[in-house]
Amino acid sequence: MAEGGEVIRFQNVGMRYGLGKEILHDVSFRLNAGSFHFLTGASGAGKSSLLRLMYLAQRPSRGLVTLFGHDIATTPRRDLPALRRRVGVVFQDFRLIDHLTALENVALPLRIAGASQEQIDEHVPELLRWVGLSDHLNARPPTLSGGQKQRVAIARAVIARPHLLLADEPTGNVDDSIAMRLMYLLEELHRIGTTIVVATHNEPLVSRFAHPRLHLAEGELLSLPPASPMAGPAPSLTSGAAD
Amino acid sequence: MFGRTQILPLSRDAASRFLPWLIAFMVWLAAMAMAAVMALSAMSGDWQQGLTGTLTVQIVPRGDETAEVMDARVAAALELLRRTPGIASADPIPHSRVLELLEPWLGRDAMAGTIGLPLPRLIDGQLAPGAAVDTGALGAALSAAVPGAALDDHGLWLERLIALANAVEGIAFAVLALIAVAAVATIVFATRAGLAIHQQVIELLHLIGARDGYISAQFQWQAFWLSVKGGIAGLALAAATLAALGYLMGRIESGLLPPLSLSPWQWVSLSAVAICATAISVLTARLTVISAIGRMP
Repeated sequence: MAEGGEVIRFQNVGMRYGLGKEILHDVSFRLNAGSFHFLTGASGAGKSSLLRLMYLAQRPSRGLVTLFGHDIATTPRRDLPALRRRVGVVFQDFRLIDHLTALENVALPLRIAGASQEQIDEHVPELLRWVGLSDHLNARPPTLSGGQKQRVAIARAVIARPHLLLADEPTGNVDDSIAMRLMYLLEELHRIGTTIVVATHNEPLVSRFAHPRLHLAEGELLSLPPASPMAGPAPSLTSGAAD
Repeated sequence: MFGRTQILPLSRDAASRFLPWLIAFMVWLAAMAMAAVMALSAMSGDWQQGLTGTLTVQIVPRGDETAEVMDARVAAALELLRRTPGIASADPIPHSRVLELLEPWLGRDAMAGTIGLPLPRLIDGQLAPGAAVDTGALGAALSAAVPGAALDDHGLWLERLIALANAVEGIAFAVLALIAVAAVATIVFATRAGLAIHQQVIELLHLIGARDGYISAQFQWQAFWLSVKGGIAGLALAAATLAALGYLMGRIESGLLPPLSLSPWQWVSLSAVAICATAISVLTARLTVISAIGRMP
């Protein structure tokens, strides 16, 4: 994707689960390549639902969602897996596979993408070393701590070099020092060009970084300036650009 | 790195323990039904081939007539038959052969006492190949020329016997179809159980970009190996059962039951049951998984 190109666009998106009440109302925003956003809001504000729409786990009830320029509503189902492979997701509950080792969990996206065993053997241990888990390559998730699991989940999300990385409460299960380490890890990924959205309700953490915020309140999206004093201006939602 | 590790640990599911046994049982049942079809088909073919183009004349003894009178009646019937166009040969069946034919029905010991019984005299007639003989007219002519003579072209008996064999074959085919339906239902149940147990991992694979075929392949391989195991066990059991049945039927040493023997080609055909069971399992697993994943966004 060209630098600065549009990664994702929401236009008047509404979402409800089944016949329940609408969780998200008229959400509109646009993320450009290489941007870093926090998605903030109180518990139950709809952060996870918005992320689910972004990683195609859910279809909107109304409105337009485009991912890498593809309108999700009209994209053939057979083309969706290729789009999903361009999105890395760090799930709030990690979603590691317990019977697989850390190496095998991280290698999963590469295997699914059809990478060779040589590529897997070369890149996966290296990435696990980069996230500080070189001593736990063959450990299974139940034997890892919360922070270690989180790092395995991040490694799995980035191993296939996604264009967009979505992290749902990545610091929710770890103490402050590990949370900061994870955030610096995400910063590193941002520096190499990955578009990042971090959903969190950890305001003190958000205030330490100079990244713009998308704030959800009762299902409606507001754009806020970065909480950090080093921050730039708030992104404009009306113009459609949120970076 | 992955070695033999399955992404979906389907081999640890309860279904993986009972499925090979169920498949073995179904393959055994299907193989037995198929063996019955093949044996009956061969049997009715033999009957048809053996009796088509033949006729039998039975001359019943009357009161206290002497052997000379009886011989004269047989000779008259033979002469009439040999004069009839379309009949290639007509020969009396020796008395000893008549006794042999009766032995399976009355038993070897009882036969010792039948020597004095007024047994009918039989004539075996062979039609010329392609000849059409009016058996009704011939029977009437025989009855008129030789009182007490009756003509049997085996048509009615053969027709009923073949109808019975066909009905049993039909039932066997119906059993095969039911077994196939049961196999499909079993695989659908086991696959759905697997989908439910591993729902979270399947959803994860889906969300990180696995194609539906990639996920269904996991289930297909599992179904394949379980079916191969069950199929081999079922076939081995069927072979042992058929061998035992063949041995037991051979021991009866009578014409009441036909010999249960399958040709090498038929044994090979029986192995198709296991191949079909495997194909049904793999295809059913695939369709079940694809249908379930198709409901995901």
